[in-house]
Amino acid sequence: MTSTPMQLDPLENPKMREVIDNTISEFGDQNGALMVVLNHLQERVGFITKPMQAYVAEKLGVPVSKVHGVVSFYSFFTTEPRGKHVVKFCIGTACYVGGASQLIDKAKQVLAIEPGQTTPDGLITLEVCRCVGACSQAPVVVVDEANHGRVKPSQFGKVLTDIQKSEAAV
Amino acid sequence: MKTVRSMVLVSNDIKSKANASQEVIDAFNLAIKKLDLADEVAVSTIPEVGTVRSLPLVVIFPEATVYAPVKPEDVPHLVEEHLYKGREVPDLKVKDADTLRKVAWLTQRKGTLPAENKIVLKNVGLIDPESIDEFFAYEGGQAFATALQMTPELVVEVIKASGLRGRGGAGFPAGIKWDSVRRTPGKKKYVICNADESEPGTFKDRIIMEGDPFTIIEAMLIAGYAVGADEGYIYIRGEYQLALERVQKAIQQAREYGVLGKDIFGSGFDFDLHIHAGAGAYICGEETALLESIEGGRGEPRVKPPYPTTSGLWAMPTLINNVETFANIPPIILNGADWFKSFGTPSSPGTKVYTILGNVNNTGLIEVPMGITLREVINIYGKGTKGGQFKFAQTGGSSGSIIPAALQDTPMDFDSFRKVGVALGSGALLICNDSNCIVDSVRVLTRFFQEECCGKCVPCRVGTDQAWKVLTDISEGRGKIEDIAQLEWLCKGMEEFSNCGLGQTAGTPIKNMLDHFRAEVEAHIKLGVCPTGVCPMS
Repeated sequence: MTSTPMQLDPLENPKMREVIDNTISEFGDQNGALMVVLNHLQERVGFITKPMQAYVAEKLGVPVSKVHGVVSFYSFFTTEPRGKHVVKFCIGTACYVGGASQLIDKAKQVLAIEPGQTTPDGLITLEVCRCVGACSQAPVVVVDEANHGRVKPSQFGKVLTDIQKSEAAV
Repeated sequence: MKTVRSMVLVSNDIKSKANASQEVIDAFNLAIKKLDLADEVAVSTIPEVGTVRSLPLVVIFPEATVYAPVKPEDVPHLVEEHLYKGREVPDLKVKDADTLRKVAWLTQRKGTLPAENKIVLKNVGLIDPESIDEFFAYEGGQAFATALQMTPELVVEVIKASGLRGRGGAGFPAGIKWDSVRRTPGKKKYVICNADESEPGTFKDRIIMEGDPFTIIEAMLIAGYAVGADEGYIYIRGEYQLALERVQKAIQQAREYGVLGKDIFGSGFDFDLHIHAGAGAYICGEETALLESIEGGRGEPRVKPPYPTTSGLWAMPTLINNVETFANIPPIILNGADWFKSFGTPSSPGTKVYTILGNVNNTGLIEVPMGITLREVINIYGKGTKGGQFKFAQTGGSSGSIIPAALQDTPMDFDSFRKVGVALGSGALLICNDSNCIVDSVRVLTRFFQEECCGKCVPCRVGTDQAWKVLTDISEGRGKIEDIAQLEWLCKGMEEFSNCGLGQTAGTPIKNMLDHFRAEVEAHIKLGVCPTGVCPMS
């Protein structure tokens, strides 16, 4: 991970700070606002750092402990930036029976990272996820938002080359 | 939707194939086409009929007449007589009592079609889920209009009389829940649709929301009117992006048409809906955890009582039902309680949507009457097990259990299953063949509970972790004979002392394993071998 430049906290980036402020003022006054705000921050900023959590707590008038409690409770919230593309392996029961663990082994071997980590170039993050509800397609790999069904370990390379191709095209 | 009046099942196992079963199937299709019956008669296959001697075997429903052995040249006559003129063909009917006894599981549903009954999924795949106009064109909104002409009490009475039981897993009678919310005084009440479908292997609610989001809105309107609520939430798990979009669009269209909002259809009844997206926590499917989550906090289940019916969202009386439960409401209001009770079994009326998965030839979604057996599901809809003999099935998620092959003839309804110590669960049927190891499967399930445990109460937090460690020891060859007693003790503790459904049922797969597959577990421990060769055992 040494090649990744040190990330500034989004709060110190004026553009990002504006996004954060807008999100808080947009959703901050409804019932149960905390989760709605955090959901949108995760979507718009990509992650929620500790300073951001403290900032949200102050703005919404709730304890930081509560904000941190929510962020750490739900698996959608991350406190660190992820790679440009996220490759998720469904490990629901059907996918497990369908061979998800062999797929994960293959991915670990090809990318030389563990689930939860990002490749040194910041391109791909590997994650495992809960059942995505596409069980008749088991095993399922989710690349960004798209489901790929019935992926065999031998086909996993193609999933990666597709990502690299789409990057090259940009 | 295609409604057939008869259904032909042709046995198609290896022995039948050797006796020209494929030709028989082709002959049926041809003869049916010739007599122009293709819209009325469905032909399907049964891949496993057991050790029957006269093959191929043909069963025609709804009469459940068994013909065997059937030769391709018999088929034109059979179709003309039985399916066209409605007369049985005595010469071809199976004679030997042994065969009849062996296929009794097939003929017990005499008088009905083993075809699917669509109540919940009636619009799915038929209407454009992004067009409220199409929904209206297919009877949409009529149930709500009917309800508005009834008193709220009467609406609740109809739901009560229908015997509808919650489809989220526990099978609690919906009418009683509705009645309780209606009777509880409160200046504000809420109706919530639980669409946090997180049980691994279940995706029925996703299909309903993606295919027919308007029915859910209509059902929630009826519920709101019946219990006296003017606001509702649909809690959709964050993973279901398409469902979120479709339901959002449906709500917008409903608002534009004045179906949601103030003084709906000039009735004086107000109702509006919001969507709440989950953020990836299995436990939020538990109803009080879901409430905590909507309120913006950690999704940790509350201590019950008070139940949500008296003190739910923001401490107001709240009605929470699952997506599939709600989808049953408009047809019941429209067709009446007696119509609904004509499906399924007396104690569990209606249909159930199942997702069939795992080692079967045909995976996917079906809606069948309650009380159908696992053997029928596997053979008629799943088209038989794949890659080996059927060993066990796992029903959906934490509220489900492990069903061994020995119980595959038990009718699948809430009470019959409870009697034999298993649970129906949320509707997933993961079929596992004999290459699956029971210890490994249960270990993976327990690992899931261990990860998804919210950590609030000790029995579940410590119990799932301990159980997972013991199971891992057994599967890696470090098992001790005392481990079995340890697992039993842990399961008992979790069941009796956990705060919510997750902990109370997390031990169910382990208990089922020890009840039905103890010898296999003991082989791991005593002999140091995994009979299926799945466990590492190093």
